[in-house]
Amino acid sequence: MSLLSALVALLVFPGLVYAVPMAWLMLWIERKLRARLQGRIGPPFYQPFFDFVKLAAKRPVPRERLDSLVFTGLAVLAVGSALGALALLPVSAESRGFSGDLVLLVGLLELPPLCLILAGFASRSIFGEVGAIREAILSISANVPFLGALVALAASAGSLSLVDVALLPPPWVRVPALLALALCLPVKLRINPFSLANAEQEIYAGPTTELDGIRLALWELAHGLEWVVLVGLTVCLAAPVRSGSVLADALLFVVLSLALVLGLTVVAAATARLKVPQASQFYWRWGLGLAVLALVGAALPTGVLPLIGAPLFGGLVIGGLVR
Amino acid sequence: MKALERLVSLARRRSPWLFHLNAGGCNGCDIELVACLTPRYDVEQLGIRLEGSPRHADILCVSGPVTRTTREALATIYAQMPEPKVVVALGSCAASCNVFAGSPVIVGPVDTVVPVDVYVPGCPPRPNAIVEGIARAVALLGKETPGKDAQGRDTR
Repeated sequence: MSLLSALVALLVFPGLVYAVPMAWLMLWIERKLRARLQGRIGPPFYQPFFDFVKLAAKRPVPRERLDSLVFTGLAVLAVGSALGALALLPVSAESRGFSGDLVLLVGLLELPPLCLILAGFASRSIFGEVGAIREAILSISANVPFLGALVALAASAGSLSLVDVALLPPPWVRVPALLALALCLPVKLRINPFSLANAEQEIYAGPTTELDGIRLALWELAHGLEWVVLVGLTVCLAAPVRSGSVLADALLFVVLSLALVLGLTVVAAATARLKVPQASQFYWRWGLGLAVLALVGAALPTGVLPLIGAPLFGGLVIGGLVR
Repeated sequence: MKALERLVSLARRRSPWLFHLNAGGCNGCDIELVACLTPRYDVEQLGIRLEGSPRHADILCVSGPVTRTTREALATIYAQMPEPKVVVALGSCAASCNVFAGSPVIVGPVDTVVPVDVYVPGCPPRPNAIVEGIARAVALLGKETPGKDAQGRDTR
């Protein structure tokens, strides 16, 4: 990966120039489709952009110097790490990645939730703290299957490079691993039925309750970028082929990303918020079950899994239903 | 610079976020305000969002007369809102105390505690009257200049 291609990935595609408008577009699609499904008209498509400009132009109430520094620093770190994670996505099969970039990607993906938890506790508001605790509990529950699925993909690809992880695993590892990843998306994006951390009307805005002005604007942007990067990662790992043409790959990436956003929004609009134990249990049961299946598939020699995988999965499903 | 100011003014008019506070009313105005969010009125198409935190809000909607217990809360919430901000007094109680006037627990109408920019009369006001009141408040937000609040009062 040369310096130039790294800069292009960070600043143009799939980085800054692509990601920021895409983040606003995804936030708008989520709000608009939810409104349409509820029989409302919903916001116009420029809404997230104007929300950002308005928040950025507000004059916040003065705070202690350290408080402003911590809040601004955490928000900037969240936006920066989401952009960095985006730059690593293997959109085309060109030699963009480097060996071990999967580890860096996972680290960068975990930074925005961690910053959010810290911001919640730093705000010293009861609602911020409750939101931060919920975010922490759900992060742990969802990260076990999330990381398990990524480990399974990496193990079966025999590589820690994202391009290999995206293209090499056989279908019997890929399918359960991708299902486990997809299950983790709602909780990582904090949408229904796992919108516990920012539960609106319940704990106000959760960790961001006490933030105002530009800091809140940056958090809204970080949330949008999380949409782009998490949906993008799932799409990159799910598309089993690359055409070779950068433009066609990029187009496929965008179209599949938007389709996944529509799917997630339908799920969010059709479900109600779960309780913390229910949400946590869901991931320890179903998410972990799928991740273990993928791990078993990755560990076994080729051809054995279809023989034992189906009974194993059937057993997991029946076990889950009986409990 | 002019273009940036115009963009900010436009953004303020297109993205008003509300914070709602019942300062001691009967809940009638609150139900009418919530009705504005339902599919029949759907104020989200105007960019309006009901926020849970005053720090996120541009418009403070207060219903009911101010009581002795809510006076401090109202003043605190108003102080927590970042500039530019406007206050909408929802219903007759917020404007004049209505049937609660003369009660020993009532401090007075909302404008005795915080400056009110728009009054929406009615007991309770209909949702379309509330939407009109918010639209007037939004127009004030768009006119705001730095260092002054929506009415041109010095904020520093």
